[in-house]
Amino acid sequence: MPFNLILFYAFAAIAVGTTLLVVVQSNPVYSVLLLIGSFIGLAGLYVLLDAPFVAVIQIIVYAGAIMVLFLFVVMLLNAPREEIVQSGVLESGGTRAIGGLLAVAFAAELAWALTRSRTLAMTPAGGQPSFTVPQIGQRLFQEYAFAFEATSILILVAMVGAITLAGRHLAEKGRGHG
Amino acid sequence: MVNPVGIAQLAILLFVFIMLLSSAAGMVYMERKVAARIQQRMGPTLVGPYGLLQPLADIIKLAMKEDLRPKAADPILFALAPIISAACAFTAFAVVPFGAETTFFGLLDRPVPLQVADVNVAILWVFAVTSMGVYGIVLAGWSSNSKYSLLGALRSSAQMISYELSYGMALAAVLVLAGTMSVRGIVEAQSGGFLDVSRWFLWLQPVGFFIFMTAGVAETNRAPFDFPEAEQELVAGYHTEYSSMSFAMFFLAEYINMVTVSAIATSLYLGGWNGPFLPDWLGWMWFLAKVGFLLFFYVWMRWTLPRYRYDQLMAFGWKFLLPLSVVNLLATAAGVLYFAV
Repeated sequence: MPFNLILFYAFAAIAVGTTLLVVVQSNPVYSVLLLIGSFIGLAGLYVLLDAPFVAVIQIIVYAGAIMVLFLFVVMLLNAPREEIVQSGVLESGGTRAIGGLLAVAFAAELAWALTRSRTLAMTPAGGQPSFTVPQIGQRLFQEYAFAFEATSILILVAMVGAITLAGRHLAEKGRGHG
Repeated sequence: MVNPVGIAQLAILLFVFIMLLSSAAGMVYMERKVAARIQQRMGPTLVGPYGLLQPLADIIKLAMKEDLRPKAADPILFALAPIISAACAFTAFAVVPFGAETTFFGLLDRPVPLQVADVNVAILWVFAVTSMGVYGIVLAGWSSNSKYSLLGALRSSAQMISYELSYGMALAAVLVLAGTMSVRGIVEAQSGGFLDVSRWFLWLQPVGFFIFMTAGVAETNRAPFDFPEAEQELVAGYHTEYSSMSFAMFFLAEYINMVTVSAIATSLYLGGWNGPFLPDWLGWMWFLAKVGFLLFFYVWMRWTLPRYRYDQLMAFGWKFLLPLSVVNLLATAAGVLYFAV
C-alpha cells in the first residue's frame, strides 16, 4: 500500500471518528475539542490533495480562531452535560418521521454528490497544476473581487449588529444600576 | 530499499528534536546564571563545573516528584493540556531552516536542506501552530477547576489572541518584501550584499522587527508581559495545579517557544545563516549565534523591565502595536510597489 494511501486512511479515520464522537458523547467541552480534531484531520486530507494553503487556512480559521470562540462560550457559560432524554417530545412519532425524512434526503444528496465527483475526478493527471498562493490571491482579488468584498461587507454587518445588540443590553443594565 | 536522502532527513528530524529538548535545558541554566549575575549573585555553582549540570539536577528533581491532580479536575483534559502545549512548541520549529543546503561532505548525491520541512506556506504554518498553542493553556486553566488557573488561562489567551494580530501583520510585511512564504526562500532573499549583512530585512523592517519581537514576547508569555503567571495576583497562573512532569512539559513548551520565536526572528530579519567571514557550510554557526543572542535578550529583558499592568498591556497591543503594524505593512507594500524591490 502506498504511503499516501495509508496517510489518507489515517486522516480520514481521524476526521470521521472525531466527528462521530462530537455527536455521541455528552460533555460540550469534549465536543468542541473533538471538532478541532476533526478539522485537523480534514486539514491533513487537504495536504494530501496538494492544497497546503487550504490546509493551513483551515487550521488558522476553523481550528484556531472559530473554535477558540466556541470553547470560550462553552467554558464561560459553564454549559452542563447533556442528559439523555428518556421520553417526551423528542421521542414522538412526528419528530422521528421528520428525522428519518431528513436522513433519507441527506443520503440521497450524498449519493448524488459522490457519483458526480467521480466524473469530476477524471481530469487528466498533471494537466492542471495545484493552486499556489499567488494564484489564489490573483483569483480572489481579480476574478472574484466582487464576491470577496461583498462577503467581507456581510461579515462586517454581522459584527456591527452583534456589537449593537450587546451594547443595547449593556446600556439597559447601566440604567438599571442608576 | 534504503534511500540515503530519506535517512538524512530523518536524522535531521531527530537532531532538531534533541536540540530543542537540550536547548530548553541550556536556557534554564542561562536564565539562572544571567539572572544571578544581574542581581550580583553567583547562580548555580554546586552541581558540576560552574554549575553546568544544574538543569540535569532540576529535571531529576521534577521527575521524582509526585504528580498531583486536584480531585475536582477533569482527568482527561488535565492530562492532555500540557501535551498540547509541548507538541505545538515542537511543531512550529519544523519550518525553520538552520543552515544552507548540504550534501554532508559529499555523502549524499543530492543536497538536502538543513530543516525538517521546506513548505511553501511556512509562515502561515507558524501562525497556525501558534494559534493552536492557545488550547493547551486554556484547557489547563479550565480543567484544573481552580480560580487562579482559570483566570491565568483567560488572561493568557486574551493576550495571545490580541498580539497574534500584530505578529501576523509583521510577518506579512516580511512576506511582501521577500515575495515568498517559505522561510528558506526568505533567508535566501537576504543573502549577498556587503559582508552578507547589508541585505538583512532588519535594515528595511526595523519597525517590523520591533513589532515582531514585542508580539513574540507577549505570545510566549514572558516578562514584561508575563501576566498569566503574575505571582502576586495569580499564584502561578494556568499551571498553578500542575506538578512534576506535567509541569515540566509547560516549562519545556515555554522555553521551546522562546527558541522558536528567536529562530524565526533570526530567519526573517537577521538573515538566518547568512553572515560574514564564515564559509557557507558553517552558516549554522551564525544561526546559532544570532538565536543565542536573542535568547539572551529575552532573559536580559525579564530581569530589567518591570511587569506591565494588565490594562496597559491590552491598550498597548490594540491601540499602539496593531495600528503601527498596519501602517508598517502598508508602507512596506507601497515601498515594494514604488521601488519594485
